[in-house]
Amino acid sequence: MVKTLSEKLAILSDAARYDASCASSGGNKRNSRDGKGLGSNEGSGICHAYTPDGRCISLLKILMTNFCIYDCAYCVNRVSSNTPRARFTPEEVVSLTIEFYRRNYIEGLFLSSGIIQSPDKTMEDMVQIARLLRERENFRGYIHLKTIPDAAPELIAAAGLYADRLSINVELPTEAAVAAYAPEKNPATIRSAMQDVKAGRAASKDRSHSGKRPPKFAPAGQSTQVIVGADGSNDATILGQANSLYGSYGLKRVYYSAFSPIPDSSAKLPLVQPPLVREHRLYQADWLLRFYGFSVDEITGVTQAGNLDLDMDPKLAWAIAHRGLFPLDVQRASRDLLLRVPGFGVRTVNRILSTRRHRDLRYADLQRMGALLKKARPFITLRDWSPGRLTDSADLRARFAPPPEQLSLF
Amino acid sequence: MRTIALPRIGTAQAWRYAARGLLAEDVRPEDVLWSFDDPAQVDLFAAQPRRKTTPAQVTVPKSFVDMANRVVWHSDDDRFARLYTFLWRLRDTPALMQDRGDAQLSHLRRLEKNVNRCAHKMKAFVRFRDLSATGPRRRFAAWFEPTYHTVEPTAPFFAKRFGDMDWMIVTPGVTARFEDGRLSFAPGQARPDLPEDATEELWGTYFCNIFNPARVKVQAMTSEMPRKYWKNMPETRHIPQLLANAEARARQMQEAMPTLPPLRAERITASLADLRATATRDSLETVNAQIRSCTRCALCGPATQAVTGEGPRDAALMVVGEQPGDVEDRTGRPFVGPAGQLFDEIAAQAGLDRQATYVTNAVKHFKFQQRGKRRMHQAPNQGEVQHCKWWLEAEVALVKPKLILAMGGTALLALTGTKDGILKRRGQVEDTAYGPVLVTLHPSYLLRLPDASLRAAQTELFRADLAQAAQRARLVA
Repeated sequence: MVKTLSEKLAILSDAARYDASCASSGGNKRNSRDGKGLGSNEGSGICHAYTPDGRCISLLKILMTNFCIYDCAYCVNRVSSNTPRARFTPEEVVSLTIEFYRRNYIEGLFLSSGIIQSPDKTMEDMVQIARLLRERENFRGYIHLKTIPDAAPELIAAAGLYADRLSINVELPTEAAVAAYAPEKNPATIRSAMQDVKAGRAASKDRSHSGKRPPKFAPAGQSTQVIVGADGSNDATILGQANSLYGSYGLKRVYYSAFSPIPDSSAKLPLVQPPLVREHRLYQADWLLRFYGFSVDEITGVTQAGNLDLDMDPKLAWAIAHRGLFPLDVQRASRDLLLRVPGFGVRTVNRILSTRRHRDLRYADLQRMGALLKKARPFITLRDWSPGRLTDSADLRARFAPPPEQLSLF
Repeated sequence: MRTIALPRIGTAQAWRYAARGLLAEDVRPEDVLWSFDDPAQVDLFAAQPRRKTTPAQVTVPKSFVDMANRVVWHSDDDRFARLYTFLWRLRDTPALMQDRGDAQLSHLRRLEKNVNRCAHKMKAFVRFRDLSATGPRRRFAAWFEPTYHTVEPTAPFFAKRFGDMDWMIVTPGVTARFEDGRLSFAPGQARPDLPEDATEELWGTYFCNIFNPARVKVQAMTSEMPRKYWKNMPETRHIPQLLANAEARARQMQEAMPTLPPLRAERITASLADLRATATRDSLETVNAQIRSCTRCALCGPATQAVTGEGPRDAALMVVGEQPGDVEDRTGRPFVGPAGQLFDEIAAQAGLDRQATYVTNAVKHFKFQQRGKRRMHQAPNQGEVQHCKWWLEAEVALVKPKLILAMGGTALLALTGTKDGILKRRGQVEDTAYGPVLVTLHPSYLLRLPDASLRAAQTELFRADLAQAAQRARLVA
């Protein structure tokens, strides 16, 4: 039976929703003010709508097909699942993207796919769609392509020329978990593919002897996704992996996706409530790693068993465990230390630094600068504020943690 | 008292011009009354005869001009007066722009933030409908109700984005039109009757299916997509239905019993396994393929790839190094980093032909510590060397070299069981279970020597060791 476009869209967007990434930021700036094309990219992404799961819709996130020859236990599209299957033709994807874009529904396309026939064939079809959009439709919006592991390097190179961002999901935090739940995937080839993208990006920045630049390669970089809570890995393992991915392959983002129930689940992986708070804490820790100068050991060393504290954010948990460093004199403390004060963000710290050159700071000033003083109060001193014994008080943790709850007796 | 009337269209420029004139005439902020889009007030430019001389140059930080250009679009009645009051202070103390704790500045910044957010939401939430025009350019129109006066500053964004079509954004205050590449503004209108657009159905289908019913976070949605925008967005009519069914759908997924895989699954999985089994042919290739998928120790996790040996499989000489470095890990080839290049250089001087040599490492994965963006080399420990010895033995058994050159402590440890006294043992041939092993230091040792004369002496010794290896290999070959 032939499926209509609407039915295909339903199946193939349903299959794509487990990919957390929907960012449209980064990439080179371009527009269509010349009237010869469609679309623009300003560097900062736009979220065009939000679904009730709190995730933004920035890109048209679909699979080219959800037929797949792999059997990954956590995935709704695995070969052993009875989910309905469909496949878009390249023309259908192109027309959906263009029509949605013209009505200002989306920033561009995020195309992923199940593996059909062979990795090369799948990647070739995806590159074909990107080529049609860029060359025939003169589309200048955002394109995010998922790279298929094991696809030929030439195809990845071609994909990098059309797409703003490439991504490949590591999916699970350890080799053992991949072997158990995604037996056909090989973590080493995934890392090699990331290395290829990194090398492609580095090569596209080299000018030739005449000063000419080679074409841009995946200007918005690459990202990846890890499923949290499907296997037994702790947060230290997950963050350690993320840290090494950021360092080794210059990833722009690592997405953490709480393992959430899928239709027609595998007997290998029992369904649980998705660990949403844990996912949130991992993102907070990820930011501390990238922008606040924390190391993985510092963040995960605070609690037992290498997991993050679910009751409070990792920075606050760290500060409470290291009260010897506090309270800090905001007027004189270094940037590195100010960044470690709970309730101070990068922007607040920059404002503090630029203002304190001119005058003494007061409590009300910090309020106006956007600091969260409820959190910061015990850890700072100012001209008109001293935390007194608050910093070392025994119940400091209890002030921030949610009140204990009586467990259900039944 | 001076009254300045500012128009609805072109507000930013009018305010700037007026403020410049007032400053030039030294008019104090408390002596100015500002009015906005007031039909009772006469037009600014008509009322005051244009001065013959341009107003005196006023210098303010660029950051103020950028801020003022946003704040004027707010709907706060005091915005013009606040801007001018701040500008008055700024004249004497330009550093005021950096004082983020200043009450007046922080109020203006808040207004600016409101306007920016409103403009951003307008970029996100305007929904065009197709007017099905027959001309060469397609025509679209949208009805939108912004919180502040953000149509004029945001319209250029749409002009850049939708350059190849004609469009119109109608709002209660201002209407923006883009026709044949020209952007124009007109007074606002009442809500027009736009024709139905079939694509909205498809968009609704997408919106419903991209939603994951197992993770409901209504507050995360409404904080970014406030309800006031919902009435002009076609997809939002599905939200109540989605929320009502979410819990039941999630529960249903959890309670459903696992089903039997479809028939094709077994066939596909089996053929995939066949494909993998036949992928390797020759025995050294088999070993190398197995090395690439090795997970015997923890080093495989962070490293990019295993680096296998390289060279003719009937080589008389086998060179064993420590482990791949950063460059080798990225390229997948042994001895191509700084130490490898040094080895090549000295080997060439010593008459050792690398092309005729099988080069490999005692440990196949790169061990490192991540420090920011740098990967700092770490020596492999006993356990890792032991795990990897399995592969080294397999390589030795297949290549059957007449002589093995062990470079550095790790190679020595793997081949002889101990690395103690390496400085005394260097330059000598030891008999081992793998055949004769010539001991020398690792070339990276030379790279780390700070003293030039010491380095020259050690390089000379290393060259002599390589020459000896080359000579012995030639003799037995």
